[in-house]
Amino acid sequence: MLATLRHRINEAFMRWAVPVKPPEPSPIVLTQRRVYVLPTPAGLSYGTALIVILLGAMNYNLSLGHALVFLLAGLGVVTILHTFRNLALLEISPGRCDPVFAGGTAQFALVLENRRGDGRTSLRVYIGDGDPIEVDVGPQASTIALLPVPAVRRGWLRVPRITIETTWPLGLVRAWSYVVPDLNCLVYPAPAAKAPPLPWSGDSARGTSRDGRGADDFAGMRDHQPADSPRHVAWKTVARQHEGPLLTKLFSGAAAHQVWLDWDALPESGDAEGRLAILARWMLEAEAAGHSWGLSIPGLRLAPDNGASHLAAGLRALALFPHVTR
Amino acid sequence: MSRVNRPVSTRQAWWLLAGALAAALPLVQQVPVWLAAAAAAAFAWRAALTWRQWHLPPRWLLVLLVIAGTAGVVMQYRSIVGRTPGIALLVVFLALKLLELRAARDAIVTALLCYFLVLGQFLFTQTIPTALLSCLTVLITTATMLAASDDRPAPLLQLRRAALMLAQAMPFMLLLFILFPRVQGPLWGLPQDRYTATSGISETMSPGSIAQLSQSDAIAFRVQFAGQVPPQSQLYWRGPVMPAFDGRTWSIRQILAAYSELPYAVQGEPIDYDLTLEPNGKFWLFALEMPGSLPPDGALTSDYQPISRQIVRNRLRYTQRAYPASQAGIDESRAMLRESLALPSGGNPRTRALGAEWRNRHGDDGAAILATAQDFFNRQLLIYTLNPPLLGPDMVDEFLFESKRGFCEHFAAAFVYALRAAGVPARVVAGYQGGEVNPVDGYLEVRQYDAHAWTEAWIAGRGWVRIDPTAISAPSRINSNLAAAVPAGEALPFLARTDLAWVRELRYRLDAVTNGWNQWVLGYNPQKQRDFLSSLGFGEPDWRSMTAALAVLCGFVLLGLTAWVLRNRRRTDPAFAAWRRFTGRLAARGTVWRNWEGPLAFAERAAAASPAHATAIRDIAALYARLRYAPAPRREDLERLRRQVADFRP
Repeated sequence: MLATLRHRINEAFMRWAVPVKPPEPSPIVLTQRRVYVLPTPAGLSYGTALIVILLGAMNYNLSLGHALVFLLAGLGVVTILHTFRNLALLEISPGRCDPVFAGGTAQFALVLENRRGDGRTSLRVYIGDGDPIEVDVGPQASTIALLPVPAVRRGWLRVPRITIETTWPLGLVRAWSYVVPDLNCLVYPAPAAKAPPLPWSGDSARGTSRDGRGADDFAGMRDHQPADSPRHVAWKTVARQHEGPLLTKLFSGAAAHQVWLDWDALPESGDAEGRLAILARWMLEAEAAGHSWGLSIPGLRLAPDNGASHLAAGLRALALFPHVTR
Repeated sequence: MSRVNRPVSTRQAWWLLAGALAAALPLVQQVPVWLAAAAAAAFAWRAALTWRQWHLPPRWLLVLLVIAGTAGVVMQYRSIVGRTPGIALLVVFLALKLLELRAARDAIVTALLCYFLVLGQFLFTQTIPTALLSCLTVLITTATMLAASDDRPAPLLQLRRAALMLAQAMPFMLLLFILFPRVQGPLWGLPQDRYTATSGISETMSPGSIAQLSQSDAIAFRVQFAGQVPPQSQLYWRGPVMPAFDGRTWSIRQILAAYSELPYAVQGEPIDYDLTLEPNGKFWLFALEMPGSLPPDGALTSDYQPISRQIVRNRLRYTQRAYPASQAGIDESRAMLRESLALPSGGNPRTRALGAEWRNRHGDDGAAILATAQDFFNRQLLIYTLNPPLLGPDMVDEFLFESKRGFCEHFAAAFVYALRAAGVPARVVAGYQGGEVNPVDGYLEVRQYDAHAWTEAWIAGRGWVRIDPTAISAPSRINSNLAAAVPAGEALPFLARTDLAWVRELRYRLDAVTNGWNQWVLGYNPQKQRDFLSSLGFGEPDWRSMTAALAVLCGFVLLGLTAWVLRNRRRTDPAFAAWRRFTGRLAARGTVWRNWEGPLAFAERAAAASPAHATAIRDIAALYARLRYAPAPRREDLERLRRQVADFRP
């Protein structure tokens, strides 16, 4: 009963607190209006202590006791300002978020930018009940906070509401704000733990590749690109010249091995998620082996290729299945 | 929450130790020796824990130590309420809390305990040095709180930040101090031990009691005269009047407010003054003879001693008026006169015989007997000294006829005794005589060593007449001061000595500062607050108007501070500022710069739109591009850009 009431109040507060319908356009500036300040438990103890000191000073007619309590009260007010200032007018923009496999942890990068001439200390950023990430932002600098969120299901994972707070400098008051930046993480389906071997089909790729080995002539070298398979790096050349760029061997003709990863080739019995998991695993295996692979799932077909961007495209297609239409 | 449970780091532990030391050290004299030693041991233990990274002592041990410490305090004071036991307990808790620093929460508790101990210090002393010392304690404690929140900055930086924050808190402190509606304490019963250290004139006078006071240079009260300071010989500050005598000790009759209006007619020129009385732990209010007004909440006893209705526990300032020429008690009651004639049976036969002889010679003529007595005292060549010999049971006889050496209480006692023996009603009056004007602030300072005793005799038709027998033998005591009257070489309080000019000069300045401090800081009570606010133009200051003024002024300070604290020190890049001026002018002509547009591309577009200025536009854009994107921008380019933009008039 009480819990639901609290939950409702919390929700109502949230609707009021986050002024823009999320996600918010970036950069999000923590304006005065959206930074909230309340005393911490330590601040409440501090206030109580002040009242006790004041009563003592009154009872014993201690003028200096009055002065002490008034000084500490002033300090309390000043610390509100400092804590507030530590957070106010901070600019927050979404950073990048590398795709992860389901079951892993998405690392949302949040860029905190401080346009002020002095630094901001001990800002804590967290999601829900998660562990706070503590960061400092230097004067006219920016810092990236990486917020881990468990990725459970494939597809787009939108960053939950982020709390950013600080109790610096005295820990007596807490200033905080909520942001919901436009930050999404692509979650690939988790590769199946067990999968059938790669589906070399009789008529096509495998045969061709075996027969066509003679056609796989060495055709020269070019600078290594990150997307090139490590199997094609001219390691001997690299070993000869001590310092120099990595080179990739080029072969004429079709890729040595070509495999089609076909949705329909999978047993009917498996559900869609199971099939996606197997396809994901195949992709990783084919990529690791340096095969050229193509993908065919309902509504999408990727021509055989190989390399990091091809893999990314394939996994993306699996992650967003079945919404993708080309 | 997780941040509160963060363990205390090594640095934070050092800070807390420093804060605790700063808070506890000033109280070393106020706690029992065993507690000071135990606290020092706990501090050392804490230091070792931090230094060696040892484990904290187990909880049960701490609980035992708390119990032991509390028991020790209870055994020492037989109480846990009150000033000293309370402070002692706080020291116990602080010392043991240091051994229990587990989480950040403990750090906050420790800091709060330190603040409490600062207040505890004020219970014992509120002098300027104490205030300065406690400023230091508050500074260190605040830096400790800063460190509890973020322990990375170096100690000096923490102290600097703490000092900055405290400086920003100062305006609030001042406003609150002046305007916070003051309440006259106590709010509840005060433990008895609050006022133990006050000394001064007591209810009784026996040989040696005033001589003892003469060793103290503590201030009894300070006086600010409205006009000229009257001559020293007129400065008789009336205190307890002692008509009762038991053969050795004179004492007051009863502390009873008999008159709340003046019981006698005043005459002569009035003297107006303000008197700031130090707490004396008695009902005594002192007033220049004869009191011409009653202090607020004060009264006169039946023998015209000004008293307060409450024990004077706090420094008190009141405005008074005196009429030195007034004659009081012309129609004194018979009972009172009878009482002022009473002598114990037996003892002092020579003085009694002397009195009887005077009586025979002059009969009922009190004035004549008085003159004879004064003449007798003069002829006896009595010596005024701080070190009189010890006297036996017939002390008046011994003083008058044998040793002939005494302090003012001997003179007064002997004089009254002789008059009573001659049938003239007389009594001893205790109080202060003289005082010293501080040339720095003009206040007359009356110290304990100005304590004095004189006599009053009742003469028909004239009432009570003051006679100071000391003045007969040692006129310099009355006309200048104690140091001038006692023989050279007798021990005097340092400040009573008059031979060191520079010491006196320094002392005057110190006293003036102390007096200002007492008047304005320590003496800022509800009364003073009302007076001060009235003088500032508050019509009728009550708590409402004070709170309103407080709220408004604090609001202003808060606004100012907010503006200062939240000031945005973002400086626009000068090159960009010039570029904005330039594009602003072109925008007025219809070519609007879009902020994603490169300067050169924009220049081409603008040049096409206004061919007449094409060269200028391209030059400016090229300059700006160079400033913006060249690896090492040159300062001259900025100057040129500014000039060209200033000259650019499309």
